[in-house]
Amino acid sequence: MSGNVGIVMLVHTALHRAEQVARHWHAAGCPVVIHCDKSTRREDWRRFRDALSELPNVRFSTRHKCEWGTWGIVAATQEASELMLADFPEVRHVYLASGSCLPLRPVRELVDYLQDRPRTDFIESATTADVPWTVGGLDEERFTLRFPFSWKTNRHLFDRYVALQRAVGFKRKIPAGITPHMGSQWWCLTRQTLSAILEDPERPTYDRYFRKVWIPDESYFQTLARLYSTNIESRSLTLSKFDFQGKPHIFYDDHLQLLRRSDCFVARKIWPHASLLYESFLEGKHGALNRTEPNPGKIDRIFSKAVERRTRGRPGLYMHSRFPNEGWDNGVTCARYSVFQGFTELFEDFEPWLAKATGARVHGHLFHPDRVEYEGGQSVINGAMCDSAAIRDYNAKAFLTSLIWNTRGEWQAFQLGPGDVLGKPLPEGVVSEQKTPQDLSWLLARDPNAQISVISGAWAVPLFKSNRNFADIRKEAAMLQKIEGEFLDVLRSPYSKARIRIWTMADFIESPMEPLQTVIDEIGHNTLRRLTEAPKMADLTGFGQFLQNLKNQGMHPYLMGDFPVVHDPVGMQTRPRKPYLVQ
Amino acid sequence: MGAFQSYRLRLQRKRWLIRAFRKRRELRAIADRTDQIRRDDILLFSTQRNEKIRLPYFLQYYRDMGVNHFLIVDNDSDDGSLEYLMKQSDVSVWYTSKSYKRSRFGVDWLNWLQYKYAPGHWALTVDPDEFLIYPFCDTRPLRALTDWLDASSIKSFSAMLLDMYPKGRIDQQPYREGQDPIEITSWFDAGNYSIQRNGRFGNLWIQGGPRSRMFFRDTPEAAPALNKVPLVKWEKKYAYVSSTHMILPRGLNLVYDEWGGEKASGVLLHTKFLDTFTQKANEELERKQHYAASIEYKAYAESLRENPDLWCKWSEKYINWRQLEILGLMSKGNWA
Repeated sequence: MSGNVGIVMLVHTALHRAEQVARHWHAAGCPVVIHCDKSTRREDWRRFRDALSELPNVRFSTRHKCEWGTWGIVAATQEASELMLADFPEVRHVYLASGSCLPLRPVRELVDYLQDRPRTDFIESATTADVPWTVGGLDEERFTLRFPFSWKTNRHLFDRYVALQRAVGFKRKIPAGITPHMGSQWWCLTRQTLSAILEDPERPTYDRYFRKVWIPDESYFQTLARLYSTNIESRSLTLSKFDFQGKPHIFYDDHLQLLRRSDCFVARKIWPHASLLYESFLEGKHGALNRTEPNPGKIDRIFSKAVERRTRGRPGLYMHSRFPNEGWDNGVTCARYSVFQGFTELFEDFEPWLAKATGARVHGHLFHPDRVEYEGGQSVINGAMCDSAAIRDYNAKAFLTSLIWNTRGEWQAFQLGPGDVLGKPLPEGVVSEQKTPQDLSWLLARDPNAQISVISGAWAVPLFKSNRNFADIRKEAAMLQKIEGEFLDVLRSPYSKARIRIWTMADFIESPMEPLQTVIDEIGHNTLRRLTEAPKMADLTGFGQFLQNLKNQGMHPYLMGDFPVVHDPVGMQTRPRKPYLVQ
Repeated sequence: MGAFQSYRLRLQRKRWLIRAFRKRRELRAIADRTDQIRRDDILLFSTQRNEKIRLPYFLQYYRDMGVNHFLIVDNDSDDGSLEYLMKQSDVSVWYTSKSYKRSRFGVDWLNWLQYKYAPGHWALTVDPDEFLIYPFCDTRPLRALTDWLDASSIKSFSAMLLDMYPKGRIDQQPYREGQDPIEITSWFDAGNYSIQRNGRFGNLWIQGGPRSRMFFRDTPEAAPALNKVPLVKWEKKYAYVSSTHMILPRGLNLVYDEWGGEKASGVLLHTKFLDTFTQKANEELERKQHYAASIEYKAYAESLRENPDLWCKWSEKYINWRQLEILGLMSKGNWA
């Protein structure tokens, strides 16, 4: 009865597991033909063969050397299939499996399934143009170039020879009548189709051609089945997942539940030491055969997530196995945040106001020269980051990216000013992105997650209010203006990707509510709500005269825009001293 | 990197190997069971001095993980640890009374043992206070990892040193022999690390954690390095340069992805801060056998007298590897 399904097994390592699986197939009545790789050690092979020789319906085919990506595997499959078809005339379907394949459902169910579909060939087979899974850029070229050198042991020559053929425009001729198809190596073909392929009078031509095709085991049967099959179902009955380098994912004991729910007949590849899996599925221990609700999508998700993690990673994370070069990082930081320059200078209660209006976590000057001004004056915050300015300046980029990473899920906002330090030079011998003090401004500017709002020239307000000698004030004003000017140049450069808004102080105080509303809307928590309360602006009476004094001393304050000398700004005069409401 | 630089590194590698070869004479085999080593065995290399109290749990931890043989250099212990190691059937032990510092903190000794016994094996190099955590370590033995690394043609595996500490004074809870030290030192810093690339050796240079936060607040550049490459499929030409922080040839240091992806990696839980530490710090200070004139121990000795509580409000309590992976301290990479 079950003799209708024959198993061709290709084995090379972990022979004790292969033996276990072969016994399992055999016990269910399936004849088994085994091909063992020639590179397997002779004594291992003998022991394996002797152990299985007691079983009547197990055969061994001539051994070939099966190096990955070469013809050997196809030759082995051909011979083993011929042996199967010749020795077991009742076989209707031949199932190609490997030594590390594991049947997940009772063999009975597979046999019944195939019996219900006596004319169907299960072989994944698609034209090269349609498959996304090829690795290494060789898809169509697999069929048009020659590959005499081993990819595994002679990668250099392999690559060179490919490059050479490309350079001279060499192309092999594909034999008439066939269209190259590719797909999973693991198929299940009917006697009719398989024998037609093996007995084709043109077979020597095809074999000669495929002998030099790259990875022929993924294309030989897949292509030729298209010639003879009356009913191809283009999928593999073997569950097999590949990682980003085209290597199969391996299943372990902790995948037991996942495999139970996969609803597949056979899975590969199984780690040879995964005893729990072998016990469960072959010996029926641990209740493996209790049918649970099938959920095959879950395996897909887990493995595609693994590939995604390996290729794209978590944006904004810097750690010992993910350290992207600048610009290749798909995201400088992991979440959006806001930077305010000039706001605390202009408004007396800006920080608490902003926290209240947006729900964001509002820090002071994180880059203050003396200490890191975390929210609420804390000395340590998330991730156990401390407030030491030396540690921060030692690696300012790490400081900022860690802060955003540690507080993910919560919007961060902080103040910046021309008096802050944005990184300092690193010790000799260390290669890093930031080399000059202002380089963190580049990091901010090219970070699409940063929302940077600047009221230029607002640094003059504290100077204006200070009780210092005018000569000192003048000197400091000149310095701050220079630093802020450079920062603005960076922000305005064509390379910046942050959301940047710059107002001169004069423009800003003309109508402060509108820019504030725009900035706050972006922070997102309180969407679609009008601001009802403005922060309290500093008293600017006399500020125009102050700027004029600076000018009279030979300094040229320009970043704050045009302030009339005598008349104080219009907005200021009409502004009441207490917060007001906007309808 | 130019050919010249590459040649210089090659010379440097040879120099370390020659040095290791010379230093072999300082080692005296006390229990040589290396004939037990079979093909494919996973080997563990370590140096130790007066760590008797830690050894039972240390050996058990790595036996359970699937290490097949231990190769340990004993540096002049007088607490009975040498005798203890001699009695273990899966441990080969060498004794030396020579200077730890002049063997470049044990690297020369281990480079020699690795040169001799490790080629063709996966070699794990850890101190007795370091415990390897890798993805799925609660369900898969170390061999699952090394098999997967082999299948993926990966030759070295990164594990960052994660300093663990207790809540409260370091000397508050006494450590008992055989106890899991993580029961006491169960806290760590989750996200205050600084990473830079070392252009010469290609490795990352990581600093931070509680030691940097407490002892090196004003001189963060002097804080100890936390990057490590402890698990390597050894070949005769390999040599560690400085502890397991760096290795040559430099390709082995490329344990990180530069295009934004994540490679699989683990963590070494560093359980230095047990109650035994205060005494050890004083002793090491006297011996002056540690890195950079024991600057690290000097810093400890001073700070520890004042306020030996490394714990803070934002410390994380260790749960399992999945927690570390979510926090971004290690990664599954494409291992699933």
